[in-house]
Formats: sequence, structure tokens, C-alpha cells
Amino acid sequence: MIQLSSIEKVYRTDSIETLALTGVNLDVARGEFLSVMGPSGSGKSTLLNIIGLLDSPTSGNIVLAGEKVASYHDRKLAHIRNQKIGFVFQSYHLVNDLSVVDNVEIPLIYRSMSGKERRQRALAALEKVGLSARTKHFPSQLSGGQRQRVAIARAIVGEPEIILADEPTGNLDSVMGQEILAILKSLVKDMGTTIVMVTHDEPIALETDRIVRLFDGSQVN
Amino acid sequence: MFKNYLKIALKVLRRHKLFTFISLFGISFTLLVLIVVTSFIEHTLGPVTPETRLDRTLSVTMGRLKTEKGGTWNGPIFSPWFFQTYVKSMQTPQIISMSSFHHPTVVYKNKKKHDVDVKYVDSEFWQILNFNFLEGGPFDSRQVEDVAPVVIINESTRDKYFAGSSAVDSTLKLYGQDYRVIGVVENVSLLRIMPYSDVWLPMTHTKLDLHKPTLVGGIPGWYAMLLAADKTDLPKIRREFDQQMKQIEFPEGRFTEIHISAATYAEALTRNVLQSDESSVTPLLSFAIILMTLFLLLPTVNLVNINVSRIMERSSEIGVRKAFGASSWTLVGQFVIENVFITLIGGLISIVLAVVILRLINDSGMIAHLHLVLNFRVFWVSMVIALFFGLLSGVYPAYKMSRMHPVTALRGGQS
Ligand SMILES: Nc1ncnc2c1ncn2[C@@H]1O[C@H](COP(=O)(O)OP(=O)(O)O)[C@@H](O)[C@H]1O
Ligand SMILES: [Mg+2]
Repeated sequence: MIQLSSIEKVYRTDSIETLALTGVNLDVARGEFLSVMGPSGSGKSTLLNIIGLLDSPTSGNIVLAGEKVASYHDRKLAHIRNQKIGFVFQSYHLVNDLSVVDNVEIPLIYRSMSGKERRQRALAALEKVGLSARTKHFPSQLSGGQRQRVAIARAIVGEPEIILADEPTGNLDSVMGQEILAILKSLVKDMGTTIVMVTHDEPIALETDRIVRLFDGSQVN
Repeated sequence: MFKNYLKIALKVLRRHKLFTFISLFGISFTLLVLIVVTSFIEHTLGPVTPETRLDRTLSVTMGRLKTEKGGTWNGPIFSPWFFQTYVKSMQTPQIISMSSFHHPTVVYKNKKKHDVDVKYVDSEFWQILNFNFLEGGPFDSRQVEDVAPVVIINESTRDKYFAGSSAVDSTLKLYGQDYRVIGVVENVSLLRIMPYSDVWLPMTHTKLDLHKPTLVGGIPGWYAMLLAADKTDLPKIRREFDQQMKQIEFPEGRFTEIHISAATYAEALTRNVLQSDESSVTPLLSFAIILMTLFLLLPTVNLVNINVSRIMERSSEIGVRKAFGASSWTLVGQFVIENVFITLIGGLISIVLAVVILRLINDSGMIAHLHLVLNFRVFWVSMVIALFFGLLSGVYPAYKMSRMHPVTALRGGQS
């Protein structure tokens, strides 16, 4: 599903060069639930952003669901993100000005679909994460765990093949963290979704299929 | 998609009350001024009743005479004889009219004094101008020749003098003489100087000697209107007029040169403003356009500023939308639509305010019979200007926003 070969990422700012990733090779199978661990600054987010086509590697190749995306341009990348990928972030990144259900609809806005169908799918996604009772609320009226569940609903509403989650439980207590993990696991089981999750939490990582560890931008196994 | 954008736009508006107030105030105020100015222009220059044939009418009003000693006389100084001899004799116009400018007098009714403006006109005056007669009709050339004691009054005079009831065949006393009212017309604004008056008398009633051979003469001045059968005849008429002016023999002896031309209404107005007798409309028009553009630029720059400074604030949203499949151009579209939406709201507010303010100006009585209206043309022009605002002030910030790297955006804008 995801193939990375010899990925290198260098950040250049005025005077400093930061080697964020070097020589990363990774193969994630369809329906696999993978954890990425490593100390802060080891390149986990960078890796996830590269897989998610939000950032491009300095060198190396990416094949995503059979598509060689290296040469693609903004519009095409946006299209792949929209069709194949769902993101979950540590700090939720809900749009505060929109209600829960409007937030969940965002990925569908960039697909051609009737407003009615969008609404139906968003409500279905919210039901999956157990938030049917909160659809008209605004993010500020929800707890952290609820917000992250909205974010997951938003990530799955377009039924993407890949979900990328960057420390989705990082801001939550362990009970809520377990809830989120359970939802993610059920996605893998029920829908065959491929998930790559960055986490600091060893117990949570142990419940996934495989753990990849990064240190200073390199894989350590 | 559209609905989602508008929802966000509305939310953003409601959330940021100060921002909303400043933007809407800037837009509405600017548009308001523009609307009021355009309706003034429309009211002064547009083809409004009774001047419905402005596009094929030329007028002769102001000019300049040079004396042998090198002095200059200028303004609407030309005598009735001048108009009768050199203008009325022209061949190319379909209809030629001459008349005096209005001048004030008083009429008494039940010992009460009323101010009215009087104008001396010929019968062609009523043919070139398209007055709306509420009752009766105009006088004809026979009545002018015969110095018939007839008068045409406007609605406001009828209200004052006849308490609003039918006035035709009643008598109006002016300058100690009785006149029979033969027609009542709708009020005409003072800004429409050619048709304007309260009371119109056949020109033969003037105390001036219409046949005295002198170029200059006659307070408050006279003018002529030349109606072309077709717009395409206008150059021909101008040429004939210039030709006529070459025939002048300067009966007084003291003048040696004359400068006067037949001009469109806009030209005449420009010359009046610029105190020149040859200027075309272009300088005044370009000045007005430059002024308007500068004026429009103020709220635009203001909006651009506000929008750019709000990019950081919305970076998370930008990041999310990009992550979930919005291309840069889709985002440009969203932010431009939002901005256009805001400016259109500003446009609507300004139109509501404009209706109120135009009404206040009309009712204030500063200008006699002023009737400024917000017509559909002004309405649409305002909305188009609002739209233009929206685009102008939205595109650059939107472009900047959309260029933001998604990862940077998700981190909160700092790179
Ligand atoms: N936009 C950037 N510009 C410069 N350096 C960056 C940028 N993003 C990340 N880095 C650097 O790259 C390294 C990896 O960052 P990151 O992938 O965020 O680590 P992690 O998510 O594992 O904490 C860090 O040293 C970080 O400072
Ligand atoms: Mg990170």
C-alpha cells in the first residue's frame, strides 16, 4: 500500500541545514496498522507528512496505492489526498467556526456530491465514532476525546484507504486514548484501512501490528 | 461547497465583530458616497424628464467677447437679438428654441408672499423638452407672437397659489398683470437648469427689447437649445453654428471677437465648472474617474490589510483543507467568495443607507424640487462596484493564503 525507498528530507533555513530523515525504507501492507515511535525531533512527523503528500522528500521514491506520486503537481496531489488519505492530528485541527457535522463534511466538499449525500455520509461517520448526539455542537463545546473522535470521523468520512495519525492520543488521558485506539483498530478490522500512527505511548504502540522506530532521522530496528 | 463557504464567512463575520465593523463600515461608507454622487450625476446629467432628448440636443449659453481695448466679457451674456438673428435662423437643427434663464419674483395669495422663479420661453421650448403636463398644455407660436397673457406653472406653484386644486383657466397675477393658466407641469429640479422654473411665460412678455441689435444684454441671460433630427446630425449643426458666428457684424462697435459654440449638456456643464468656453468633457471626466478610483482604493487597501493579517489566524483551517484535498486554487476560490460575500453585504447596507440619505437630501429643500432617486442603474452599478471591491481586496490575500505550505499551516503559520 505504501512503499518508501531511500527517503531523505533536508530542511534548509537561512544558515542551518537539518537532516530530518535519511535512508528511510518502508513498506506498509494493505490493512496493516503500523506505529512509528521515536524521541522528539527524530523525524516522525516529517515521515508522516511525506507519506501524506503534505511535504515532498528531498530525495527518494514514494509509491502510494500503486501511484508514483513524485512528479505530481499540486492539483493532482490534492486529489490523491482527498481520495485516498485521511489525517488525524495531535491537536485535532477542527475548524472552530464550523459545527461538528460541517467539520466532518470538509473532505467531501472537494468531491462532486450532492449536499444531501454529504450530510448523510458525515452523520454515518459520526455514528461510527459514537458522536451522533453532538452533530450540531461546535468544537469548543466538546472535550478533547470528543474532538479527536470528530477528527477521526472527518478522516474516515471519505472512506480513504490510508489513515495517517500523528500522535492522535498525545493530548488525551489513557482512558480516552484507549477509546481512540479502539476506533482505529476497528477501522482496520472492518474496512481493511491501512493506518500509520505516530505515538509516544509504548502500550498503545504494542497493540498495533508493527512498530517502526526512528532515531535522528534514521530507522532503528 | 458554496453553502459551506458562506457559513464560514458568516461565522467569521460574527466572531470578529471589530473586524466586521471596520470592513463593513469602510465598504458601506465608500459605496454610500459613490451612490449619492452617482445619483447626483444621473440627476444632473442623465436623460431625465423633461430632458429626455439630451443625446441629440445642443445648447448655446456661455461665450466670450473681446473688446478692441483687449478686455473680455464672458458668461451667459448674449442678447435675445443675438439668438434670434444668428441662432434661430439656422437650417440644420430640427427645432430651435430660445429662452431666458429663470429669475426670482414673488406672487401674492391672500396677502401671503410666495417666491417663484420665472422664465421667458418660446413655443419651441415645449417641443424640445418633454414636460409632463398634469393638466392643460403648452402655448404655441401664435400665442407667443400675440403676446397672449397665458402662463404655464409647475405643481409646486399650483399647490401654493391654488391650494392644489385644478388651475387651468384660473388667473395668476405676476408683475401687476393677470395671466391665464393654460398648463400645469411636474416640478423640475433646479439642477436641470435648461428646463427649470416655477412659472413659464411667452418670451414676448419680457421687458427687454427683443429686437434691439446688440450682442450683449438682458439679465439674467438667454440661451438656445438646438434639437437634431438625429444624433448623427450633431457635427453638422456644430459646423453650421460656427459658420453663423463668422457672419457676426458686431453692431455695438466695441467688440471685435466672439467665442461661442454649440455644446452638449455635459460640455456646457464642464465649461461652466472649469470657467472655460472651449473645454471638452474629457478633463473633468478623467478627474472624476481618478478621484473615484482613489476613493475606492481606501477601503480596498484596508480590506487587503485586514485579510492578510488574518492569514495566521486561519492557518489551521488552511492546513486542514489542504490536507483533505483542497488544491491551492480551490482555496483561492473559497477566500475570494468569502470576501465578495462580505463586500456584497456591505453593498446592500450602503444601498439601504443611500435610500434614507437621498430621501433626507431631497426633503431638506436645499435644492428646489430636487428628486434624487436610487434607480436600478445606480443600484446595479453599486453592486458591481462592491463585487469589484470584493475581488480586488480578496484575490491577493487569498493567493497568499493558498500558497501557504500545508505543514506550515498546520503548525500555526510559523515556518
Ligand atoms: N519546517 C521545518 N524547518 C526546519 N526544520 C524542521 C522543520 N520541520 C521539522 N524540522 C526539524 O526536523 C526534525 C524532525 O522534526 P519532526 O519530524 O517534527 O520530529 P518529530 O515529529 O519526531 O518530533 C527536527 O529536528 C525539526 O526541528
Ligand atoms: Mg511530531
